[in-house]
Amino acid sequence: MAQITLSGLAHSYFPYPRGEQDYALKTIDLTWEDGGAYALLGASGCGKTTLLNIISGLRRPSQGQVLFNGQDVTDAPTTARNIAQVFQFPVVYDTMTVRENLAFPLRNRGMDRGYIDARVQAVARMTGLEDRLSRKAQGLTADEKQKISLGRGMVREDVNAILFDEPLTVIDPQMKWELRTQLKALHREFGHTMIYVTHDQTEALTFADKVVLMHEGRVVQLGTPEELFARPAHTFVGYFIGSPGMNLFDASVDGSTAQVGRHRIPLDADYGAQAGRVQIGIRPEFVTLERDGDLPVTLQRVEDVGRHRIVRASLDGMALAAVVPEGVEIPADANSVTFDAGQIGVFVNDWRIAPRGRGAS
Amino acid sequence: MQKTQNNRAWFMVLPVFLLVAFSAVLPLMTVVNYAFNDTFGENVFFWVGTDWFQDVLTDDRMWAALKRQLIFSAIILAIEVPLGIAIALCMPKRGIWASLCLVLLALPLLIPWNVVGTIWQLFARIDIGLLGYTLDQLGISYNLGQNATAAWITLIVMDVWHWTSLVILLSYAGLQAIPQAYYQAGRIDQASRWAVFRYIELPKLKGVLLIAVLLRFMDSFMIYTEPFVVTGGGPGSATTFLSIDLVKMALGQFDLGPAAAFSIMYFLVILLVSWAFYTIMVNLDREDVPK
Repeated sequence: MAQITLSGLAHSYFPYPRGEQDYALKTIDLTWEDGGAYALLGASGCGKTTLLNIISGLRRPSQGQVLFNGQDVTDAPTTARNIAQVFQFPVVYDTMTVRENLAFPLRNRGMDRGYIDARVQAVARMTGLEDRLSRKAQGLTADEKQKISLGRGMVREDVNAILFDEPLTVIDPQMKWELRTQLKALHREFGHTMIYVTHDQTEALTFADKVVLMHEGRVVQLGTPEELFARPAHTFVGYFIGSPGMNLFDASVDGSTAQVGRHRIPLDADYGAQAGRVQIGIRPEFVTLERDGDLPVTLQRVEDVGRHRIVRASLDGMALAAVVPEGVEIPADANSVTFDAGQIGVFVNDWRIAPRGRGAS
Repeated sequence: MQKTQNNRAWFMVLPVFLLVAFSAVLPLMTVVNYAFNDTFGENVFFWVGTDWFQDVLTDDRMWAALKRQLIFSAIILAIEVPLGIAIALCMPKRGIWASLCLVLLALPLLIPWNVVGTIWQLFARIDIGLLGYTLDQLGISYNLGQNATAAWITLIVMDVWHWTSLVILLSYAGLQAIPQAYYQAGRIDQASRWAVFRYIELPKLKGVLLIAVLLRFMDSFMIYTEPFVVTGGGPGSATTFLSIDLVKMALGQFDLGPAAAFSIMYFLVILLVSWAFYTIMVNLDREDVPK
C-alpha cells in the first residue's frame, strides 16, 4: 500500500508537442493518500484513462514524476509497481477456467497453493462467481467476464493500489449496485488505495471519499463530494456535478453586487471589481420560485423526476433551472425567482474566486 | 407475424447453380462414369462395378505414394505453422518496416507455381545453380537426380519458402486484432512472455490458424507442379506424390478407369482429413460442457 504522488506530470501522445493543445494531460500535481477511496471523474476523453495508465506504468509520462511513498517509480515497469488494474471491457483468459483466471496473478508471483486456493475462494464469494469456478471463462456472459476481471484485480492482498477504469460499464444496473457495494466493503476491510475512473457522477459520489474532477487534461478540483457540490472551484465542476448542473450567468461584479443583464443581484460578500470573463453561479437547489420576487422569469416546463421537480425557466432569454423539493407547492402564478445570496459563487475566467478579506476557499 | 413463402427466390440461385454444374458437377460425374465402367473408346462403356477401386486399393504403388504424401504434408505443417507464428510474432507492429515486411513476405505467394519450381530447379543444379554448386564445392554430396534425401530436403525447403508467408500473413492479421487491453492485463498480472503467448495470443489466433492449417494441408496434399518441375517424381519414385502418381497413371499409361477411381478416393481423403482437422480444432476448447 502506498501514497501516490504525481509531481509536475504531463503527457502528450505526440513525440514533439508543439504547444498546450498537443498535451492529453496538462501539468498535474496531486497526492493520493494511502488507503483513500478516490473517484476520478470527468467527461469522456478528458485524460482519465491516460492518467490511470501512467500510475500503473502501462504508459510513461512525457514529463514529471510518479512517486510511490516518496520513491520515484516513473521508469519502473508495471510489474515492479505492484498495482492491480481493472479495464473497461472484460479481459479474461479464454482457455482457462474461472478458477485459473482468478489464480493467475498469484500463480505468476509464485504464491503457494493453499494460499491461492483460499484467496480464489474469498474473491469468488465477493464477486458471486462461486458456482462458476470450474467453468471455462469462454462462453460466459459479459457480466460474468467483467466479474472475473474485477476478481483478478482484487485477488492480491499486498497491492499498492487498485485502479478501476470504468469497470461497471458493461454490467447491468442492478448488479452495478451490488458490485459497487462489494468494492466499498473491500476497501473498508483491506484499506487499499483505490482509484475509480468513471464519467458517471452518481457512481463517483457513492463510491468515493474523495473525488478528483478532470477537465480537458487538467485536475480542476479534488475534494469530498460535499465540497464539489457546495463550493465548485471551476465552472465545469458546477456544471458537471449536480443534476441539473449549476446555473451560470455572465455578469459584472462590483463590490457585493452582481449585474446580470438589467438585473442587480446582491452577493453576501465584497468581491471588489473583477476583470476578465466574470460569471456568477447558483445551484438549482438554491433558487426559489415565487410571485413578484427579485428576478422576473418565464416558466417553460416542469419535469417531475420523483424525489423533486425541476422547473425550467428563462431569465431574459437565459436558461435557468430550479429544483422544487417534494411536498413544496409551485405557486400557480409564480413569475420570478430569488437566489440564496450565501450560495452564489463568483467565477473569473472559469475559476472560482474568494471574496475580499477571506482566504482562498 | 405470418411469413409468406415465395419460392420464386430459387430462380435467383439458378445462374450459380448452372455455373457450378458445368464447372464442377458435370466433370466430376464424368470421372465417376470412368470409375465404374471400362471403355475401349468410341463411347462404348462396360459396367465393371468396383473393380477399379479394388485394383487401386491393392496396388502397392498407390500405398507407397500415399505414405510419401502423408509424410510430406506432416513435415510441411510441422515446419510452416510454428515458423509462421514465430515470424509473425517478431514482425514490427506498425510503421514503414511493417509495410516493407508485408510486401516482401507476399512476394513468394505471387509467383506462379511452375516458375517457383523452375527457380528451385536451377538453384539446386550443381553445375550452374547457386545452392547446388556451393554445396558441391563444400564437398557435400548433393544431387537431386541421384540422392533421394537431397530431393526431399529441396522440395521441403522450397515449399517452406513458397508458403510460410501465407501462415505468417494470417497469423500477423490475427495478432493485430488482439486488443491492447489484453497485453496490459498481462503486464498487470505479471504474466511471463510465454504465458502471454500461451494464454492470450494462441487462443486468439485459433481461428486464423484453423484456416492456415486447412489451406496448407489441402495445398500440400495436392502438390503437383513444383515437384514435377524440380524432380519429376524422382529419383526413382522417391518424390512421387499422389498427384504425380495419378497423372502418370492417367496420362502416362492411359489407365483411365483406375485413375478415375483413384481421383475419387483422393478427393474423399482430402475432404475427410479437412473435416477431421476442422472438427478437432473447433472442439479443442469445448471439453467443459457441463457434466
